[in-house]
Amino acid sequence: MLAFILRRLAQAGLVMLTVGLIAFSLFRFVGDPVLFMLGQEATPEDRTRLTLLLGLDQPFYVQYAGFVARALQGEFGISLRQVRPVSSMILERLPATLELALVAAVLALVAGIVMGVYTALRRNSWFSQALLALSLIGVSLPTFLIGILLILVFAVLLGWLPSFGRGETVDLGWWSTGFLTASGLKALILPSITLGLFQMTLIQRLVRTEMLEVLRTDYIKFARARGLSDRAVHFRHALKNTLVPVITITGLQLGAIIAFAIITETVFQWPGMGLLFIQSVQFADIPVMAAYLCLIALFFVVINLAVDLLYYAVDPRLRIDRAAAAH
Amino acid sequence: MSAPLLEVKDLRVEFPTRRGTLVAVDGASLAIAPGEILGVVGESGAGKSLTGMAIIGLIEPPGRIAAGEIRLESERIDGLPYEQMRRIRGRRIGAIFQDPLTSLNPLFTIGEQLTETILAHLEVTPAEALARALALLAEVGIPAPRARIGHYPHQFSGGMRQRVVIALALAAEPRLIIADEPTTALDVSIQAQIIALLKRLAREHGTAVMLITHDMGVIAETADRVAVMYAGRIAEIGPVRDVIHAPRHPYTAGLMGSIPKLGQGAGKKRGRLVQIEGAMPRLNAIPAGCAFNPRCPRRFERCLAERPELIAIGTTDAACWLYADGPR
Repeated sequence: MLAFILRRLAQAGLVMLTVGLIAFSLFRFVGDPVLFMLGQEATPEDRTRLTLLLGLDQPFYVQYAGFVARALQGEFGISLRQVRPVSSMILERLPATLELALVAAVLALVAGIVMGVYTALRRNSWFSQALLALSLIGVSLPTFLIGILLILVFAVLLGWLPSFGRGETVDLGWWSTGFLTASGLKALILPSITLGLFQMTLIQRLVRTEMLEVLRTDYIKFARARGLSDRAVHFRHALKNTLVPVITITGLQLGAIIAFAIITETVFQWPGMGLLFIQSVQFADIPVMAAYLCLIALFFVVINLAVDLLYYAVDPRLRIDRAAAAH
Repeated sequence: MSAPLLEVKDLRVEFPTRRGTLVAVDGASLAIAPGEILGVVGESGAGKSLTGMAIIGLIEPPGRIAAGEIRLESERIDGLPYEQMRRIRGRRIGAIFQDPLTSLNPLFTIGEQLTETILAHLEVTPAEALARALALLAEVGIPAPRARIGHYPHQFSGGMRQRVVIALALAAEPRLIIADEPTTALDVSIQAQIIALLKRLAREHGTAVMLITHDMGVIAETADRVAVMYAGRIAEIGPVRDVIHAPRHPYTAGLMGSIPKLGQGAGKKRGRLVQIEGAMPRLNAIPAGCAFNPRCPRRFERCLAERPELIAIGTTDAACWLYADGPR
């Protein structure tokens, strides 16, 4: 178990180094930063001085090592657009994105599992058929369209919910939350539905398929033959076996929710990291882009690690080292 | 024979399909006395497993019991509402399935699976259920039950798992156990152990067993009576000794002839195995008259036209026109 965790940690470190390399090379692809900072009229002496000052005369790997060392301390340089430290810019945007992603993920998971189980158990009811048809729409409609449709119906036509922004937020130290105000909660509804809808339908269809598969197995038949109640058979025996693949997909999709919040945040003008990223792309604000890239990669790596550990919690067959004896 | 524990009368199981209705079990009748072991043999697809599933009310839709009745201790149990049937399953009729490797839920310990079964049927506290689970494991011959009860199914070998399955079937002291091919998936050496265990437990608990198998050897060793099924019908039913030594139905005779016997004909050249020509008809192509007629060496006109019912010949009943005129 410990060896497994150490191995996964080493792999995670390797992934992060690779992503860091890509983020680092962004700086070099966009052009000469010295030229960019000093403009056309600078003298060659000025350029040389700045080059030395920034350490750009040093070989590639030394510069990369410096980048990694600074990144480890959360130091990603100064934004070219706002002339502020990138880390503090991202940090003040982080709560908005994480709160949105959390609500969207919980919504997708809970609604997805409930609907998936329902459509598997009541396979032939008209309501199941309707849910399945709807889920097909959820899977195939692009996010921005769903967002715009929701805004049209609930914000413009009905006027029930705000069409943009986070509403009022409360600052808890460095974390600003929208959970504590009515307008903050109202503002969360439409964006979180927009962001989580795809994952919700994905989980619904996955749970349904897995559940139907599990319900056909011998151990479910045997559980019935033992006279267990329907509830025990469905929600104890079948659901737990369904959850193993669901955990995988949910884990991967959680990363995707955070990463692809970009579109939802743009549609709803949600003041999160995604919106910051889009604005940075427009201004070629490389330090922000590089930091965002590394942060998203970090999320994915951490989530994948958590998923692997969850497997161990759910499936006893994977706990090999503890199961020494057979026969 | 005393009042039967289980009585199946003219059971008919159908599967509606797009190309018409398939009749998988067609007018099967059998009875099991308390404490009796009834073997049910037949080729794959003869309807023996479906008969067992019909008795515990677990035929998978769209399959259904189309006609006939099933009585447990004189009480009719086919067509009971799900919840009432659930109380019978496990409590009054236990079941053991073919593959012990897949009968147990891999994500729950055997202790959890045992106690949940006990708690589902008996009015006991969790602590009492645990004590009973330990006693059951000891009874089915799991060494060190206290250490093993917290283990998961994958930590047991196949034979041990089938013992756990038997413990699960016995958990609520049912009067009848339906054992569907309980040894088919096991090694030959383990098979004998499991059969011996099943036989001993049935005797000690006074449990009747419906032993479904295609292995005549297992039947000969274990069962009191045997029912031979062919194409969804019962071809012959009677005491094991009589059916084996004096088979009445030509199909049974063919089955017996196709079992290799040690010692017989070893010296001479008569050790050839008999085989039954052809194959069992598919469910959508069962011939008119006797279903066995295309393969029967002794058929005559009546077999092609009329379907034989069970006819009593001494101690056994056989569905064959050869005995229509009652040559006892």
